[in-house]
Amino acid sequence: MSYLLKNWPYVGTLLLQHLWLTVSALAIATVIALPTGVLLARAPRLRGPVLGLFGLLYTIPSLSLLVLLIPLLRLGYWPAVVTLVIYAQLVLTRNVVVGLTGIAPAVIEAARGMGMNSWQRLTQVELPLALPLMLAGLRIATLSTIGIATVAAFVNAGGLGTLLFDGVRSSNPEKIVAGAIAVAALAIVANALLRHAELWASRGWGAA
Amino acid sequence: MSIIVAEGLVKQFPGEPRPAVAGVSFVVEPGEFIVLLGPSGCGKTTLLKLLNRLYEPTAGRLLIGGVDARGIPVTELRRGIGYAIQQTGLFPHLRVAHNIAVVPRLLGWARPRIEARIDELLALVGLPQSYRSRYPRQLSGGEQQRVGLARALAADPALMLMDEPFGALDAITRSRLQDELLDIQRKLHKTIMFVTHDVEEALRLADRMLVMREGQIVQFATPLTILTRPSDPFVEQLVGAEDALRQLSLMRVGAALTRRSSRAESTSAAATLPPLRLDDDLRTALAQLLSSGGDALPVFEGEREIAQLTLADMRAMLRRSTVAAPTALEPTR
Repeated sequence: MSYLLKNWPYVGTLLLQHLWLTVSALAIATVIALPTGVLLARAPRLRGPVLGLFGLLYTIPSLSLLVLLIPLLRLGYWPAVVTLVIYAQLVLTRNVVVGLTGIAPAVIEAARGMGMNSWQRLTQVELPLALPLMLAGLRIATLSTIGIATVAAFVNAGGLGTLLFDGVRSSNPEKIVAGAIAVAALAIVANALLRHAELWASRGWGAA
Repeated sequence: MSIIVAEGLVKQFPGEPRPAVAGVSFVVEPGEFIVLLGPSGCGKTTLLKLLNRLYEPTAGRLLIGGVDARGIPVTELRRGIGYAIQQTGLFPHLRVAHNIAVVPRLLGWARPRIEARIDELLALVGLPQSYRSRYPRQLSGGEQQRVGLARALAADPALMLMDEPFGALDAITRSRLQDELLDIQRKLHKTIMFVTHDVEEALRLADRMLVMREGQIVQFATPLTILTRPSDPFVEQLVGAEDALRQLSLMRVGAALTRRSSRAESTSAAATLPPLRLDDDLRTALAQLLSSGGDALPVFEGEREIAQLTLADMRAMLRRSTVAAPTALEPTR
């Protein structure tokens, strides 16, 4: 604790790095997952193979994936972000697909029958109805990304993992505790914020 | 000009042994209330969905309002046709007002016009203005169906397609909504194509009934014709044509009267019952006659008694209806 209090500007910098890694990785992952999910929802035949591939990638240990990417991307920010994007893909894409395919067929039929074109249907009906599930996916992906991002320190990408690795290397439990507390705090705050967003997305009409 | 002209419409789904709709032709005039009736799988819903091109026909020609339906962009065609379905298909994330406004918004109406239209429609379907800001799940099934009806009527389409809209409602709510739908149709003169498998509902609502079996039209006629002169044993069994009470319910007191008395005759038994009028149906009359204990019931026009209706009149009416030209016996509506 005393380490944390004494070195808060340093810990704060690492926390911001960590946050930046997480946010930028999730932003890129979402940009990929959203159209992929929409495509998979409309093409059931692609669903199994693509989600299967994401599942396969998900099972690779994060440390080995990082190491594998070093020859391609060197050290630093990029291998870390690419790794995080790959891990977030499964949860994000799957929740977009589940959210879109879970909409009552009568609602889709009504939307078509009333003369919405497919873009209007997607933006005015399907995505708003899938939003709570998509945000649930984002929340889960955020928590796992915050966790996995600690490993990013291993490839010099910074973040709170730096404290953990330094602590282990220099046998300084204070550093490890400080790092762990900061990561946990970040995860708890992110979880609470995103939970609020989920509830906001279905305010009034949601079942839960 | 006929609002719907279908010529040899066929819908064959891939992988199905026989077409869901197997070459049907019919013509619907503006303002008609047509009920599509038949057992499940007979193709009635498929036929309905061919009309707003939710399904594209495998063969055949379809004119809507005199224009080839294939010549109109599909979204434009659908925006011009009201559509209401059983599970309502209301958008759960939109408030009632927004649900009703969907088609007017798609059509790009100005805001004040849309707001005024929502007010008007809520009143028409009997919902309070306070429901504007509710979400569909906060409404009962009957109220949701009213919103569904208002939504289908929103852009004032000449043609409405309704796919078992009251199918999931309890009997009392269903019968109330049927009455209100008839009222609305009389008021607005919409052409309505209404799918149901409920015979009572069909007889009650239809100007003409389109009876289907295995993708084909087996009979397309008025309810009374279908009851009294079913085209084959299938129709007879489907609508319960042998049921005399059902037939009586479609006949009017006025049509059964053979003679009119110029002055009031003394009646005592019927004094406590509501007075019988010319446009009451004979099923009601029979029930009153039986509970009156007498042999005849007075029929009133205004305050004046104009005739006596007897059991013999009704029996003669039933006998006539199965032999005479049916057009002479149609109920007035």
